[in-house]
Amino acid sequence: MEFLRGPWPWYVVGPLVGAMVPALLLIGNRLFGVSSNLRHLCAITVPSGLEYFTYNWKRDGAWNLAFLAGILTGGLLSAFAIGVPAPDVSDSTRAALASLGITDIAGLVPASLISWETLTTWRGALLIVGGGFAIGFGTAWAGGCSSGHAISGLADLQPASLIAVIGFFTGGLAATWWILPGLLS
Amino acid sequence: MNARELVACYVLGTFFGVLLVQGEIVSWFRIHEMFRFESFYMYGVMGSALFVAAPSLMLIRRFAVRATNGEPIAVPPKTMGGGVRYLAGGTIFGVGWGVTGACPGPLVAQIGAGASVMIVAAVAAFAGTWTYGWLRHRLPH
Repeated sequence: MEFLRGPWPWYVVGPLVGAMVPALLLIGNRLFGVSSNLRHLCAITVPSGLEYFTYNWKRDGAWNLAFLAGILTGGLLSAFAIGVPAPDVSDSTRAALASLGITDIAGLVPASLISWETLTTWRGALLIVGGGFAIGFGTAWAGGCSSGHAISGLADLQPASLIAVIGFFTGGLAATWWILPGLLS
Repeated sequence: MNARELVACYVLGTFFGVLLVQGEIVSWFRIHEMFRFESFYMYGVMGSALFVAAPSLMLIRRFAVRATNGEPIAVPPKTMGGGVRYLAGGTIFGVGWGVTGACPGPLVAQIGAGASVMIVAAVAAFAGTWTYGWLRHRLPH
């Protein structure tokens, strides 16, 4: 299905992402968000007795885990039935990446940075394990991620979500302009 | 929880996963480009998503719409508290987003779409959330 490969234009993708919010509310009065799944998975698998993980995850989180399972299926569907689009980034980004030694602009992540091979190097392990840990710890502390705060929260004009999004960008800019260049130079 | 809701959420999630990949929202390169402000693409995605989501929420409230299970739709406000959790937690997540090019949803979509090493990042994210639950009473919120 080559014609579907894309990348799809932003004015198609964005409104469809935004439509997740009313769709989930209409289906079952659920607020669009993904990061709570990490909490649900902890609540299910780790017998910790911690207050944060003691709640009725079947009632509050089963829908979200089903949504997450769907995302995994969607990723598989894209890869095997449609095809992952080639990264369509600007020339200035390509040049900046080249100056960091990243020239393999293909796939979803740069293999020279994030792959099973680089996982055995201290730099790769730091990026993959440290980055993943920051995602889990940060979203739990902030009570949401790019979907729960940047889409649902901002759409609902929640001041707390605006602060969270300012945080997302503060961290992302630090990673892009300081941490990655520092690690790769 | 009922089977009908689970199936509906699974189908919607599948559609969302396809969107994330074909829209390159899960592309490390796109996220890097966004944080370098070198393309309008991701800002267009976010802006047009809000352009649909915000009026939908207003209409749902205005007409007191009910969900298909009969419940009146209610969106609970986020408690502000001291606000520290949003800025500090948000910044830590932002660093993770910037280096891995992934948020919690995209992490899973990346794994499905073939970036299998992200399974390790997902396990680390799981450990991160568990660590938060463990330290929670000692952190400012």
